[in-house]
Parts: sequence; structure tokens; C-alpha cells
Amino acid sequence: MNAPNQSGWKPAMELSEDGMHNGPATTTGNRALMLEEPLLFEIGRVDVTGVDLPAIDPAAPTRLGGLARSEPIGLVGLTEPETVRHYTRLSRQNYGIDLGFFPLGSCTMKHNPRLNEKMARLPGFADIHPLAPQSTVQGALEVIHQLGGWLCTLTGMPAVAMSPKAGAHGELCGILAIRAAHEARGDAREVVLVPESAHGTNPATAAFANYRVEDIPATPEGRVDVAALKARLGPDVAAVMITNPNTCGLFEKDFREIADAVHAVGGYVYCDGANFNAIVGKVRPGDLGVDAMHINLHKTFSTPHGGGGPGSGPVVLSEALAPYAPLPFVRKDDAGTFYLVEEEDREERGPTFGRMTAFHGQMGMFTRALTYMLSHGADGLKQVAEDAVLNANYILRAMEDILHAPFAASGPCMHEALFGDKDFGGGLSTLDVAKGLIDEGYHPMTVYFPLVVHGAMLVEPTETESKAAIDQFVTAFRAVVERALAGDEALKQAPYYAPRRRLDETGAARKPKLAYEG
Amino acid sequence: MRYLPLTDTDRQAMLATIGAATVDDLFVDVPEVARLDGPIHGLPMHASEMAVERHMKALAAKNLVAGEVPFFLGAGAYRHHVPASVDTIIQRGEFLTAYTPYQPEIAQGTLQVLFEFQTQVARLYGCAVANASLYDGSTACWEAVAMATRVTKRKRAVLSGALHPHYAQVVKTMAHFTGDTIADAMPAITAEPDLDGLIARIDEDTACVVVQYPDILGRISDLTPVAEAAHAKGALLVVVNTEPVALGAIKSPGEMGADIVVGEGQSLGVGLQFGGPYLGLFAVRDPKHVRQMPGRLCGETTDAEGKRAFVLTLSTREQHIRREKATSNICTNSGLCALAFTVHMTLLGEKGLRELAADNHRLACLAADRLAKVPGVEVLNNSFFNEFTLMLGGKPAREIVRDLADRGVLGGVSLGRLYPGVEALEHALLVAVTETTTEEDIERLAQELEASIKETV
Amino acid sequence: MRYYTDEHEWIDVEGDIATVGITEYAQGQLGDIVFVELPEVGALIEQGKDAAVVESVKAASDVYAPITGEITEVNPALEEDPALVNTSPEDGGWFFKMTIADEGELDGLMDEDGYKAFVEGL
Repeated sequence: MNAPNQSGWKPAMELSEDGMHNGPATTTGNRALMLEEPLLFEIGRVDVTGVDLPAIDPAAPTRLGGLARSEPIGLVGLTEPETVRHYTRLSRQNYGIDLGFFPLGSCTMKHNPRLNEKMARLPGFADIHPLAPQSTVQGALEVIHQLGGWLCTLTGMPAVAMSPKAGAHGELCGILAIRAAHEARGDAREVVLVPESAHGTNPATAAFANYRVEDIPATPEGRVDVAALKARLGPDVAAVMITNPNTCGLFEKDFREIADAVHAVGGYVYCDGANFNAIVGKVRPGDLGVDAMHINLHKTFSTPHGGGGPGSGPVVLSEALAPYAPLPFVRKDDAGTFYLVEEEDREERGPTFGRMTAFHGQMGMFTRALTYMLSHGADGLKQVAEDAVLNANYILRAMEDILHAPFAASGPCMHEALFGDKDFGGGLSTLDVAKGLIDEGYHPMTVYFPLVVHGAMLVEPTETESKAAIDQFVTAFRAVVERALAGDEALKQAPYYAPRRRLDETGAARKPKLAYEG
Repeated sequence: MRYLPLTDTDRQAMLATIGAATVDDLFVDVPEVARLDGPIHGLPMHASEMAVERHMKALAAKNLVAGEVPFFLGAGAYRHHVPASVDTIIQRGEFLTAYTPYQPEIAQGTLQVLFEFQTQVARLYGCAVANASLYDGSTACWEAVAMATRVTKRKRAVLSGALHPHYAQVVKTMAHFTGDTIADAMPAITAEPDLDGLIARIDEDTACVVVQYPDILGRISDLTPVAEAAHAKGALLVVVNTEPVALGAIKSPGEMGADIVVGEGQSLGVGLQFGGPYLGLFAVRDPKHVRQMPGRLCGETTDAEGKRAFVLTLSTREQHIRREKATSNICTNSGLCALAFTVHMTLLGEKGLRELAADNHRLACLAADRLAKVPGVEVLNNSFFNEFTLMLGGKPAREIVRDLADRGVLGGVSLGRLYPGVEALEHALLVAVTETTTEEDIERLAQELEASIKETV
Repeated sequence: MRYYTDEHEWIDVEGDIATVGITEYAQGQLGDIVFVELPEVGALIEQGKDAAVVESVKAASDVYAPITGEITEVNPALEEDPALVNTSPEDGGWFFKMTIADEGELDGLMDEDGYKAFVEGL
């Protein structure tokens, strides 16, 4: 896919009125490799299984407290060959990074190295129990300790909480630590300041912790309005939550000044680390006055997104917040033995705010992320940030002559380039451009986020794309944008070539059908 | 660097196109104080695949693998056999390297899997609707409490003493910050749980009562009276299940009147993984509560050509639209673990899940009978599925577990580990038995336990 | 008598009860309505405070109480058929009825001509 279309092939067929290829219909509804697949519940059978187990002995004594199941569950089964085929066919209706360029802004869809998968599956990591005696899981505790060490060093922060299960869970961890720190000194505060361009999780998290959320305005150049922020600061402000680099793809150059001002009124600085990929190995957030920052291991450190999870969201903490870190955490004693600090370790646990999850966090993600870090090293991670930023700026410059780039004059972008929908013809919108890109074989960029730009298109190429792949994307992106500017009506019906055409999302929401009936 | 496709020639050409002399010109907005003169100090440089593999394998080798010794740990994480095809499917790049299905036209694979997953979970739990998964059982438990407070507009939750203590801990931690009141309790070491005592704690201000089924000690009881008592006071019943395989053998929580059923799905497809990533399951019995649910939901619809298709729906509940008014701040779910669960459940089917459950129970009964014969040991439970509580005749269970590990047996989870410092619980040991346990394993545990008890003061 | 607010709600006053809905202009801006969250009967709501939420696929918008009063009735048809807000916003798609705590508050609202001019000025 790195080379442009060198075969010279071009589709000769014209589209018919309904936008379909002129070709005979098939009996099955399949089109060669594009295969329709029924639901499991339409092909599975109640009496079929793909696992060989001993037959049930109805005479066997049970001790189920008189609650043996009498009603059928309503499940169906498939044999192994049918199962493999069913899910393989479904997989082919998905777009993934393995298949092509996936410039989904703010999501950092980079290549997932397969060594990480292999290491996570070592039985020494995959087949150990979270409550096993600690003497039997020293290697697992050491993985957590080593990964925590990398995260602290990369961010220039003194402490890390490893248990949060995802980015939003990490945000919650940081905000709860902030609340606990204020409570500990009898300083109840009510307000968290969040820029308008923030991820929706920021205000949702602050509201969860019973804070009132107030917006901070942005300057016309796409950064936090420092004067407005300073004017709002006071003894009621618990924290500011700032994404850096921000969701407009810009580095908050006044971050240090903001942090100093927030600290001066007794508040804390939460940094949303969703965009850490732009600066990993290059800038340490600790040098900018951050008190807490979550790190999405599934973004910067390439644990796979898996169709929406699992993620992992460790949080680095400043000296001021470290004592409030959630349990459990891993420590190493003088003899080199690793151990867990839990609820019982009253002295060592400090004034922790509590527990966020049953066990120790996303171990399977830790092994993958540590493998990724060891592979890249300090030099490789620096190169990651530089190449990610280089690729994004290259796309920004390649598009800005035909596509509205509201902050192109604000200096270089970081790891993502932001565009808006100005001057599209024929009532066409950002959504139509996104769907047009699907037909060109690309996963669309993030659309309609951040909210501060009309019809936003946020393009994040990451560092794992070649120049040829980016050049080819730019060619396709420009072609689709030119169609939008020209008001090409056909774009309104795109995609034409995906497994499905546009969906009736209104119908789905008006009459929700959330489980198979039958 | 094997993962970075740009060459120095590419970089120079791209910088020239951009109009920058060096890549550092792209970082001009970083303040002086935060600029570094080279790679961050204190970390190694990049390493070959072989070298990294060596490092990781050395760490893995320091752990005692569950599958290599007689193994009896449970307490919220169970070791089951995962069919080989599950891992093959979840490693397909189209699933592994996909994102949340925000562009449904090119994400029907993930979406149809989620629809199948939601259906399987709803049926297993005896509920109308399940969501597309949450982080794990403990966070799902808190989300259920939070949802109950939204539905009832009350701020008090009553926790059964036999709820997993880490789940209770998570709920209490969160409630502290939301201003909800949590009435919790310690488990009573009795053959039957004290449901009357639990019912007596439900009052007019109670949003929900949270009960684990089977409970932390492995006991199984009919929760219908708790449901009726809760409903009589206008409260909801939240049932927590940490072992989905059990529901192949026993009544579903929905059948007993649970309003919200949550649990851990790790048993199917996911594996032990030292505690994560796991799979939070969340379902509601009454479809009218759907709009108060947290997390993502996948729904059926049609495309512009009338073909059946699936899409994330009811998104207005979620943080990216509602922001500070969202039902939860959750963004990520546990998608790939949900896929693993669904593939494993598909391989099992109704027949396989029932057989698997029966086999777990058969082996657990065998183990309970054998272990009861160890001098000084008693089985506490009247009822259990695949996990039960042993009383060790006044011996400290925590030390016994450590001693057993030294003898090469992972013999269970001591209540001392789960409830540190609670004297009344120090002498109890949780033992879990699954289809992966052999009769030889059981015999070995019995013998080592006998020896250990003799030698432990 | 029908009044309008600058939040695009209409209020019909009949005796001491007011019926509230959103305007034709508002439904056009919101797009296809998929759900309406209505207040509870008996709730006391102050002028300008959240009274209902109207949802399209990708947005949720608050509907504010145009005046202070107690909710006496909500439109049961919207639960089954939220599309009524699109097809009949100023009639069958009404949201709720409420008492009028302070008739003076009505004076601050627009009449039909005033609202027409207001919309044209947007």
C-alpha cells in the first residue's frame, strides 16, 4: 500500500443511478470476497458445541442450594470450524491499522508491534492469578515497577499510580487525588476549569467528583486564554484540566505560566495526556509544572485498541499528590524484593484516597507497553515524537491551500493537523468528506471534534506511516476535498463501496433494538 | 528503528516542504525551560526484538505459572481452559487494530460482535439489555450503584457483607467523592448468608442493595426475598456475579428479580492475566432503565439500501456529547475482551456452558468431600458452585497459603489476604475448582494441606 | 394567548395553566428528535431552569422552563413517538403543562410577531 496505484487499474464501470456497480445481482447477496454474514443466533444451534466436555450426569448430587437452573439460558453454539468462519467473515467488515492508514485525530492509531502480543502471552504473564502469593509473582510485580519507572522518567514526575483501567479512569484518579489533597488540608474547593476544546471526558470526570465545571475560553490562535484563566483563578478553584498538546493540535506554550498561577492560588494542574505521543521522549511534562497526568498506554505506547478497548491509564503524580495515590501499588525493599502496598499496610499506604479497581490494573497492557518502550529506548521514543510531528505538519502544509486550517498561522502543529469545513459547496459537510475517504480506502479522520472549530477534521498520521503512504493519502484527501468544494452531490451518498451504506442512526435511537429477539 | 518507516532522506525532503530547517523548528512552542538537549537520561537506548524478548522472558520466568502446579485460586478471578481458536480470532488485525466503531460502514465486524455479545450477556443474566462492556467487575459494580442513585434519586446503597471486599472498597472510594452513603458490613462466617439481616438494613432512603451471587464465600442463596424487600421500599436490587460459568448451573439473577446485574466476565475467553485487562458485564432487567445505563450500546438498524446493520446508539448518555451531564465518564470499554468472551461463549453454546458448569461443580464437590477429610478442616458452605470456604481449625490461613506455595501448590485465597486484620476471618480459606483441576491436583492439595496444618502453629 | 421565549419555546396560556413546547424553528435546528426526557409531574421548576431534555442522534439540548410553576401534566405521546416534535412541534408535540406562579413573568416574553422578528434577526 505504500506505492501509489502502479497497476494502472481504474474501474471502468460507471455507477448506476442508485450508486451501485452495474453488474448482475448475486443469489447470496455476496460479492466475491465481500461476504454477508448472519447473526450468531440465526446460525447457531442449542444442541451444538465447539468444546468437548463430559456429558452431564443427571443423577450426580449437587449442592446448588436448590437453585439449579430450570429454564434454558437461550444461548446457541457453533462447532470450531463454524465459529472460526463466522468471526473471520465478520472481521473482514472491519477497518484496522493493519489494513491501512488510520488518521483518527486524538486516538493515535499507530502500528501495534507483534512482539508485544507475543510477550503478553508468555504463560509467566498471562497465566498468573492476581491474588497469588507475592513470592510467586515477583516477575509480574517487577514489570509494574519497571514500567512505572519508565513512565516517571519519561514524564519527569516522581510517582505513578498504575491501576487505572483506561484514560478516563486515569483522569478520575488524578481528580480524586486532587480532591483528597484539598480535603486533607480542610480546603474544600468547588470549581474545576476546563478549556472549551477539551475531551468530553474532562468535564464528565470533574462533575463526577462533585466539582462545578467552568469553561476557559480560547484565544483566536487556538490556545488557552491565559489572561481570562488568570482572571478566573481564586481560592475556589481546585484544578485546571488542560490537554497538552491541546486538541487543536497545538502546544500550550504558556503552560508553565498557567501552572505557576494555578499553584499560587493553591490549585493543582491536571494535564490530559491523551496527546503525549507528540512529545514523548522530547519534553517532560514535569518540567512544565504538572501535578497529575494520565498516560493512555493504548495510544502512545501502542497497546492495541481492540475495537474500543481495553485501554490502560496510569497516572503520574507530583510530590504534592503522590501520598493520595490509590491502592494497591508496588514497592521494592532493600533486599530487592517487590511487594504490594494494600489497605492493610497502614503506615506505608499513606493517606490514599482508596481503591479504583479490584486488582492491580491492566497487566496485559503493562507487558505490551514495557516491550514497546524497551524496543524503542530513549532515542527511539524521541524519534517517535519527532516523526509524528513531522508527518502532521507535512499534511497540514499539503492541505492548507484548499482546506480551511484555522490555526495554521499559530505556528507548527504538533502530532495532528486540524481543519474546518469552510466553503464546501452544495450543502456538503465534513461528514460527507469523511464518508468519501472511506470509498478511497481510508479510515476517516476524527470529525466534529474539537467543538471549537466548525465541521472540525482532526488528522493524526502517527509516526508509523511512510512518506509514500502519506503522499498517497494526501492525494486522496485533496481529491475528496475538491469534490466537496465543488459541491459534488454524489458525495452525499458515500460510501458506495463499504460493506454498508450510510446507516439509519435516527431509527436506531428512536426504537432501540439492543439484543437479538427470537 | 524497525517500527519507523521514515528515512533521513524522507525527513529532509519533508522538512523542506514544510519550510523548516530542522525538526526542532517544529517544537518552537515548547518553552525553553522544558527543552532537552537529547534523549531523556536514565533510560536505555533502542533494542532488537531478540534482546527485548530476552528481557521479558527473564521477568516472566520469575513467576510461578498457574497451569504448572495444582492451582485453587479464585475470589473474583478464575482459571478456565480457553479454546485455541479464541486467541486466533482476537489476534486478527481487523479486530485487534480497529478503533471504537465510530464509522459504522467500515466497522460492522466489531459492531455485530458487540450485538451478539450484548445478547449473550443479557440472556445469561436473565435481563433485557446488556451494554457493550465496562472495565471490569469491580468498576461495573460501582457503576450499578451510581445508576441506582440516578434511577431512584436516592443516595444510599446497602452492600451485602458477602460482596467481594475489593468491589466494596471501590464502591466506598467512589461514593466518598460523589457524596453517596454506603452501608457495608463484614461477612459472617456462617453456612448460610444472613439475608434477613441484609433485608433489615434496607430503608426508605435506600437506592439499592448490592448482593453477590454466588457470594464471596461461595454460598448460593435465593435472592427473591431480597428483591421483594428492596422493591417494597422503592429500592433496586443489584446482583454481582464474579463467575459467569456458574450461571450455566444456577438460576439467573434476572429470574430472581434483580434490577441491575453486573459482573466479571474474565472466566470466559480472557484468562487470569494477573488481574487485567478483564471484562465488566452490565445488564438491566427492565428496558425502561436503558437510558440510565453507563457505557456503550450497540443497536440494530438498516443502511440506506435497507440492509441490516449495527451502530452505536443512545450516545447522548455519554461523555463526548453530554460532557458534565453524562451518565458516566467512561470512554473506553473492554472491546477485545468482549470479543474473546463472545467467541468462547459461541464455542460453548447452551450445551457446552451447561456441561462446563456441571463439570466445575462435580469437581468442586469432589474436592470439598476430600478436603473435609483433612484433619482439622471443615467445609463451611451448605451450598456452592465451584468455590467454597474451608475452616482451618484455628490455623492462620494466610500463612498456610504461603507455606503451600513453598510446597508447590497454589492452594487458594485466604480471607486474611482479602480482609487483613479481621481476626474472625483469619482461619478461612477460599478454594476454587474448575474444569482445569484434576483429581490428582485435589489429592495433592489435601495431602499438602494436611502436612502444612500439622506444621503451622 | 401564545407567548414565545428567546430559547425557542412557546407557551399557551389557558386559564391558570400553561402548555409548553418548542417552536418549528427549534425543531428544524435540532434535526431528527429521537428522545424527549420530560419532567416529573408535581415538580416545581423556576423560570430559566432545566425542565426537559430533547435529544437528536448526536446532541442533547436542554429545554428551560419559560416561567416558574408546578408541572401538572406531561405529553404521554412523546414517549412512544418522539418524532411528533418534528412533525407537529407547535401542536401534538407539546412537552408539558404547568401552573403559572407569577403572571408577571409572562410580560417578559415575546408574542408571535415579536418572535417572528427575533428569528428573522438570527
